[in-house]
Amino acid sequence: MQHSEPGVTVAEQQYLPTIDVMKAIHLTMVKIRCFEERAVELFMAQELPGFLHSYLGQEAVAAGACACLREDDYITSTHRGHGHIIAKGLRLDRMMAELFAKTTGYCKGKGGSMHITDFSRGVLGANGVVAAGVPIATGAALSAKMRKSGQVVVCFFGDGASNQGAFYEAANLGAVWSLPVIYVCENNLYAVSTHQSRHQKVKDISTRAVAFGFPGISVDGNDPITVYQAVAPAVHRARQGGGPTLVECKTYRWLGHYVGDPASYRPSEEVAEWKAKDPVPRYERFLEEQGVMSAAEMVSVHEQVKKEIDAAVEFARRSPSPQPEDALQDVEP
Amino acid sequence: MKQLFYKEAVRDALREEMLRDERVFLIGLDIGRFGGTYKATQGLWEEFGGERVRDTPLSEAAIAGAAVGAAMTGLRPVAEIMYNDFLTIAMDQVANQAAKLRYMSGGQATIPVVFRTQEGAGRSSAAQHAQSLEAWVAHIPGLKVALPSTPYDAKGLLKTAIRDDTPVVFFEHKLLYNTKGEVPEEEYLIPFGQAKVCREGTGVTIVALSRMVSRALEAAETLAAEGVSVEVVDPRTVVPLDIDTILESVKKTGQLIVTHEGYTRCGIGAEIATQVMEKGLYYLEKPVRRVCGLNVPVPFAPVLENRVIPSTPALIQAVKEMVQ
Repeated sequence: MQHSEPGVTVAEQQYLPTIDVMKAIHLTMVKIRCFEERAVELFMAQELPGFLHSYLGQEAVAAGACACLREDDYITSTHRGHGHIIAKGLRLDRMMAELFAKTTGYCKGKGGSMHITDFSRGVLGANGVVAAGVPIATGAALSAKMRKSGQVVVCFFGDGASNQGAFYEAANLGAVWSLPVIYVCENNLYAVSTHQSRHQKVKDISTRAVAFGFPGISVDGNDPITVYQAVAPAVHRARQGGGPTLVECKTYRWLGHYVGDPASYRPSEEVAEWKAKDPVPRYERFLEEQGVMSAAEMVSVHEQVKKEIDAAVEFARRSPSPQPEDALQDVEP
Repeated sequence: MKQLFYKEAVRDALREEMLRDERVFLIGLDIGRFGGTYKATQGLWEEFGGERVRDTPLSEAAIAGAAVGAAMTGLRPVAEIMYNDFLTIAMDQVANQAAKLRYMSGGQATIPVVFRTQEGAGRSSAAQHAQSLEAWVAHIPGLKVALPSTPYDAKGLLKTAIRDDTPVVFFEHKLLYNTKGEVPEEEYLIPFGQAKVCREGTGVTIVALSRMVSRALEAAETLAAEGVSVEVVDPRTVVPLDIDTILESVKKTGQLIVTHEGYTRCGIGAEIATQVMEKGLYYLEKPVRRVCGLNVPVPFAPVLENRVIPSTPALIQAVKEMVQ
């Protein structure tokens, strides 16, 4: 990454993250990495019911994209959403408690991994129906525009979702009404077990933006600064009334679709190739080279995060389980 | 009191709620400049403008989903699904999103959205434009379901729906839009879960939905002349369902017919009959009878359509068979 080199265009330079933002991005990525690693461990030890769709490997997308947002901006998340919500500032302990199905979880144990959300922090749900968050994000953008609040919405979805009818309908609506929404596609090359080359003709999903009439860009999703530099101008454009952008972030998930999926549909050389581009150590090398953080500082961050996660697990284990009759609450206001 | 068309009662409800609360807005196909396919929104675009009466692209999933997103972030949208047959395209947003996001988030989300749609047969619209699908959404916890049968009910129920913080699916009927009825000048609301006894009787109870209410009343009139006293009950809302009023009636008459245009199989009649069986079995002198849409797609030819959709003569026949 070359921020201080000559030849960087004015547009890029406008959207350089500050040192503080770069450090915050690092902290976010370490939190996501460690949280997800621990969640996988706990799941394999059968302490967590249900399913887990791990965000391991995709940390740079959530961290880079959410670093562009105000606290009152919105996001919509997905079944593979732990990374998004950590990046939006949700607490690890209440997230962990939700995974453990405890009443202290964000959703009182009624949602689980796929649905962890905090509406008070602008997370408009994490959806288990692929692409269902796209119309919702578009509606939240409509609301922001009608209320003149200046808020924007970042909508996360994957390559699989980019084939859903709801995606087209919503993006088209976002376009024709110039809504303040940024559609961030995390292309991890697989929709469950189906490689992208078998589920769509295009390689760059960003090209579909032409069909709607707004800009699209494809970037290296494993570099959080690149993601930031693509999402920040899109956020700015949206806030100024310029309408949507489609930002496709090329990335890869370490694990199968769900934890426990051996993912034998992926060639081992491909997995190895992507793991060699691990976004976390890659970003840490960059931070050290650029003099943003020292190795010692980064180690300290890892230690702090580990403590926080240990505490989160303790909190979750100690928290009460819901009573059976709690199942009848929260259907209606 | 004034005489209003049902479509005007709908429009007046929308207008009053939009004047009362600036967060209320309309979204749907052709509801603005065109005034709606059945003219239920006529004049609203001219009065409120394109910001609050929004014509959309042809995208039910986006219409419904945008309404959900807007409802979750401070507004109170009324989304129109032009024909309830197209609920299929919006169904994920209605049944998996609007109905469930509050629960799945442990009570965090409030989603005050109304999905207005219309149902019903009787003008040769054929199978994809003539269904009555309230059973689909009544099945889903987290949704309220209303079916007004008169202009009075349409206005009062729609105002309640808009003020309700729960998602509501509101089924108007295409052949009721041009029926007239009395509507008060002053403001009124009709609570959900309150059935109406449209006609008192002692011999047989007919519980009727939507346009079947008027057919049931016609049948009751004819039967009265022949000495059979029919009580007609209109639940008005299927969720919540006022089973107590229905039970009170069945307790009196001992004989129950349930009638709706929706298909017989797994229709609302099945739910009502079962609840009466569960809570009032010993009131019944005879089995409950359903006079509902036949289990076939609705045909185009009038003679065929009239065969599959329950008619006034069919109701009269059913009552006579029951009282024999």
